[in-house]
Amino acid sequence: MDIDLITQVLFAAIKTGTPLLFVALGEAICEKTGVLNLGQEGMMLMGAVVGFMVAYGTGNAGLGLVGAMLIGCVMSLIFGVLVLHLGANQVATGLALTIFGTGLSAFIGTSVVGKTLTGFEPIAIPLLSDLPVIGKVLFSHDPLVYLAIALALVIAYVANKTRIGLTIKAVGENPHAANAIGIKVLHVRYLAVMFGGAMAGLGGAYMSLVYTPMWVENMTAGRGWIALALVVFASWRIGNIMLGAYLFGLASIMHLVLQGMGWSISPNLLAMLPYVATIVVMVLISADKYKEKLLAPRSLGKPFDPRQMA
Amino acid sequence: MIRVQARTEQSRLMTFASPLLAIVLTLIFGSILFTALGKDPLQALHVLLIMPLSDAYNVSEMLVKMGPLLLCAVGLSLCYRANLWNIGAEGQLLAGALGGSAVALAFGDSESMWVLPVTLLGGIASGMAWSAIPTYLKLKFNSNLILTTIMLNYIALYLLIWAVHGPLRDPMGFGFPESALFSDAALLPVLSDSGRVHLGVVFAVLAALVAWFILSKSHLGFKIRVYGADEPAATYAGFNANGISWFVMLFAGALAGLAGVAEVAGPIGQLTPNVSPGYGYSAIIVAYLGRLHPAGAIVSAVFLAILYMGGDLAQIEMGIPIAVVGMFQGVLLFFLLACDFFIRYRLVSSRETVA
Repeated sequence: MDIDLITQVLFAAIKTGTPLLFVALGEAICEKTGVLNLGQEGMMLMGAVVGFMVAYGTGNAGLGLVGAMLIGCVMSLIFGVLVLHLGANQVATGLALTIFGTGLSAFIGTSVVGKTLTGFEPIAIPLLSDLPVIGKVLFSHDPLVYLAIALALVIAYVANKTRIGLTIKAVGENPHAANAIGIKVLHVRYLAVMFGGAMAGLGGAYMSLVYTPMWVENMTAGRGWIALALVVFASWRIGNIMLGAYLFGLASIMHLVLQGMGWSISPNLLAMLPYVATIVVMVLISADKYKEKLLAPRSLGKPFDPRQMA
Repeated sequence: MIRVQARTEQSRLMTFASPLLAIVLTLIFGSILFTALGKDPLQALHVLLIMPLSDAYNVSEMLVKMGPLLLCAVGLSLCYRANLWNIGAEGQLLAGALGGSAVALAFGDSESMWVLPVTLLGGIASGMAWSAIPTYLKLKFNSNLILTTIMLNYIALYLLIWAVHGPLRDPMGFGFPESALFSDAALLPVLSDSGRVHLGVVFAVLAALVAWFILSKSHLGFKIRVYGADEPAATYAGFNANGISWFVMLFAGALAGLAGVAEVAGPIGQLTPNVSPGYGYSAIIVAYLGRLHPAGAIVSAVFLAILYMGGDLAQIEMGIPIAVVGMFQGVLLFFLLACDFFIRYRLVSSRETVA
């Protein structure tokens, strides 16, 4: 492998990891407050289709992003009302959100299938992008790649160093204690769920506005699920999520690399790689039962009902 | 003022009324949607719900769709009862279709009476093998079952696509990604003069009855229910938790595998990349709508099969995109989960609570 190929592969890995990063960041915050939203795939698809339709209709990719985040929020609110107010099972509701989002996105997207647009152009950061290898790999991307990195840093700061982060942690670890000291548990959880929705919408929009850029039914191909797995691998730590997203980006494009290197393996077999990699990493990480129990937010998946507190 | 009050015990009435209420609400939602699309809502509902039952051919085709939905949903019902979140019915179905096809094609033109049973067993075994992977990983390595089963769904799909492009592709098929047509000896007998309804549908209903017996009448079923409702209690009682997990997962895998092989050896007659329009995912809704009870699953499988069939008809008759079916399924599950709130809570007027 020569240096040019390595540069290209790493560049593509970061690009491929970016939608995973958006979605996993949102879900990590959501899970830190104790809410498991399995609807990521559905919200991503809705973000992808709405983002594309808005950008296509207005000719403005930025408005597409806003639309994608809004629809992600709306979708997550359906989930929020069912899970937080009506105490519905989080797993079943999340699945319903994915099934609904998959169907609805295919339904509303029929009019824009096969259309193309120019999404976001790459912006080379002055000076830094002239560096050898690193310049190409890190500093000559589209603006959303930078946005994802910036968001990861901000979220890491907020989650670990601020009062908001403490509140989130309190709600996720022990909602009853949090409630007792006057934190409005359901408000915090609603905000976290909506934040997760907006981020999933953004991740979806990255697929349809930058990565491909076009709308195809079911185009996220399980990335919402891989992002969910990523949160578990990363042990709910923002720094790990960033690293994990790019590593998964790399795993997802390995098949192109192997083909480029002249391996004659069927592309259909190679296309399994990201999913196989997800399982392998999951087995390696979660084999230590006690470690995972220690790291996961303690109220994850469990409903909190203030009505039963009185 | 009306307020919400927790019930002292779960409402049996609402347990059964909730699915019906959810269906009615979904139909109202659908009517509004069709009106907004400029379609006549009454005509749309007629095409979606009545036309699939209007003649023998349509009923037969509806039953063809009901078979795999029911087989997958019965297995999932047992898993969910045991609190095992198996989302892998789709992958297990595809594995069954792939494994069964490999067996059927290996027989070539043989007319032996053993071709069909061995083909079906091949499909069942493949489905079980596919569900054994996540079960083993969960029990041995504590892996998250939801995520492993989902990943295996994607892996099974790519494996199937690889097979129809590679080892199982029909050498005389002009390069199309399809296997050769199965010999007649490998095909499930057709039950009706019009349409393609086949023996697989009978298997599905039998499977539901067997699962009903296991769940309601057997000691094993009792253990499954206790394990799902209260795992510490089950452990305290000395139930073999791993044994229960293995049983429900392999049972679900076997049924999903049978669903898959019954598709290729039934209405399709060969292996193609489009074996399933997402039956394994829809089966989750069937299981829930049927209250995680095998008998309930029969009723809800018929309803979802009607919806699938109606979706096909609505596309042909009214130009409504087929994707509307997937959306309705999601809406239906949303409404169901919302209505289930009233199993645990009730509305009372404030005056009543004071008294």
